[in-house]
Amino acid sequence: MELLMIILIGIIFSVSTYLMLTNSLLRVIFGIVMLSHGAHLLLLTLSGFNDGAPPLLGEEASVYMDPLPQALILTAIVISFGVTAFLLVLGYRTYRAHETDKMDQLRGNADE
Amino acid sequence: MNNLLLVPVVAPFLIGTILILFKNHHRTQRVISAVTAIIMLVFAFYITYEVYVNGIQTVELGTWVPPFGIVLVADLFASLMVILSSIVGVVCLFFAFQTISPEREKFFFYPFYMFLLAGVHGAFLTGDLFNLFVFFEVMLIASYILIVHGGTKYQLRESFKYVVINVFASIFFIVGIAYIYGITGTLNMAQIAERVGELEQTGVLNAIAVLFLLVFGMKGALFPLYFWLPNSYFGPPSAIAALFGGLLTKVGIYAIIRTFTLIFTHDPGFTHNLILFLAGGTMFFGVLGAVAQFDFKRILSYHIISQVGYMALGLGLYSQLAIAGAIYYIAHHIIVKPALFLFCGATEKITGTTDLKKMSGLLKTYPVLGWLFLVTAISLAGIPPLSGFFSKFALILDGIDQGRYFIVFISLLVGILTLFSMMKIFIYVFWGEESLKGEQRRQPLMPLLMPILPLVALTVILGFGAEPIFSFSMDVANELLEPANYINAVLKE
Repeated sequence: MELLMIILIGIIFSVSTYLMLTNSLLRVIFGIVMLSHGAHLLLLTLSGFNDGAPPLLGEEASVYMDPLPQALILTAIVISFGVTAFLLVLGYRTYRAHETDKMDQLRGNADE
Repeated sequence: MNNLLLVPVVAPFLIGTILILFKNHHRTQRVISAVTAIIMLVFAFYITYEVYVNGIQTVELGTWVPPFGIVLVADLFASLMVILSSIVGVVCLFFAFQTISPEREKFFFYPFYMFLLAGVHGAFLTGDLFNLFVFFEVMLIASYILIVHGGTKYQLRESFKYVVINVFASIFFIVGIAYIYGITGTLNMAQIAERVGELEQTGVLNAIAVLFLLVFGMKGALFPLYFWLPNSYFGPPSAIAALFGGLLTKVGIYAIIRTFTLIFTHDPGFTHNLILFLAGGTMFFGVLGAVAQFDFKRILSYHIISQVGYMALGLGLYSQLAIAGAIYYIAHHIIVKPALFLFCGATEKITGTTDLKKMSGLLKTYPVLGWLFLVTAISLAGIPPLSGFFSKFALILDGIDQGRYFIVFISLLVGILTLFSMMKIFIYVFWGEESLKGEQRRQPLMPLLMPILPLVALTVILGFGAEPIFSFSMDVANELLEPANYINAVLKE
């Protein structure tokens, strides 16, 4: 299971790297979103999978799941949700102000 | 247990939230934020006094005992950083009162200013790695807003890049946290430090150390990850640029020093030599960028990069004297750099431009401004008896002691080039034929100078009072090099 997840995360990371290196503003944002999903999955995977009982619901089981990674991911998801919303608006405003979504036309030059 | 530590984090956060309610009452917003900033400064001094007298102070949030709950920890280093950032917070706020345009003021400038301070103070005081990430995000989201605030075409374009690069770095911060949690099974920095000491495989730790160096280096503008800084700091008004130039990169440096003196101390031959190498590159290429520029703000932005290099140099040398020098340098930099940005803002208010070639001869009409700028500028370049000299002196002395002559040579060369580009600013802006016309000659100077004066006074005091301040830096460095004290104070063993 861990191995499968690691391979999946690798694929997500490479796809997001590809997206971030493209020329379009919106794809860069999608790349960031993909990358954050990959990071969250990684956090879940590295804390280990086992068949423990859910924590806090009784005291009879011998093995419990670690609840902390899920709490961390929840926080990280909320943060990346907010940042993504902000990025989309910022990208849209940039697109409107410059009338282009091509990154190579948004380079700027030295004399302005 | 000392609940005072919560004040620098919670107070700006609450006040910022309240300020949102006063959207159309600018005067009320100004008064409330100014009073909060000053009260925070007082509390910062009080906390440092407590720490100095009674040792490291901690707060367990929700009385969850560490390592299970989140702790805030104030040691000497953290509380010193809180003092410095509170000083900059007060000064830039008063400068913003004079220079921020009413259109910017209307759109929640002060609330986000407060949120930024809350994030910065939280990042300094937290003792939990994931909490550090959260406070980084609080600070960064406020900085995303402030850097694009005003929404000019230039700001939109450069802010987009700034945001993407910082989000990218934050995601890798999560990846680093995932690795650390996978290996040690904890996020409390003191417990991580303890468990890392017991770990036998240092190879995987080196990989994680490099990942964290990448993340914090991107935020702190280390070579070769500094490329985003000059363009993005050029956009916002000077009061914000001064705040960012003083604080944001230093939070990255603080995080590097904290993690690389507490957690990643297993293999200094690899990690700290790598930092030394990066420090050399940062200093050298940053100053080269500055020499090539002809714009007041851009020169200052490039100098931020080269000076971040000096701080990393202190950590890379990794001895008590060098780290004390780096801490003294951070104090010096957090005071001098915002002052220079504010001088830039003052001349921009007078002449309407930051292009060096378009202004000249300000010294005739505004002599006080000119000479005060000169004092601050040569302090940055490291001329005795001002504060820049003593910090560089300690770093270079230790570099020679350890026989690392090449890095000493680079840092001396960078000092000369810094002096060169500061003199370039002084000559272009203040010397030569007077270019001011009519209205420009009669700008009231006092309101602009009042916020800058305390900073100039502080750099002189830091220089002349080097003896007690340097011995305080030695105490801080000593504490950083003895992580056992930190671990004991947090875990109470």
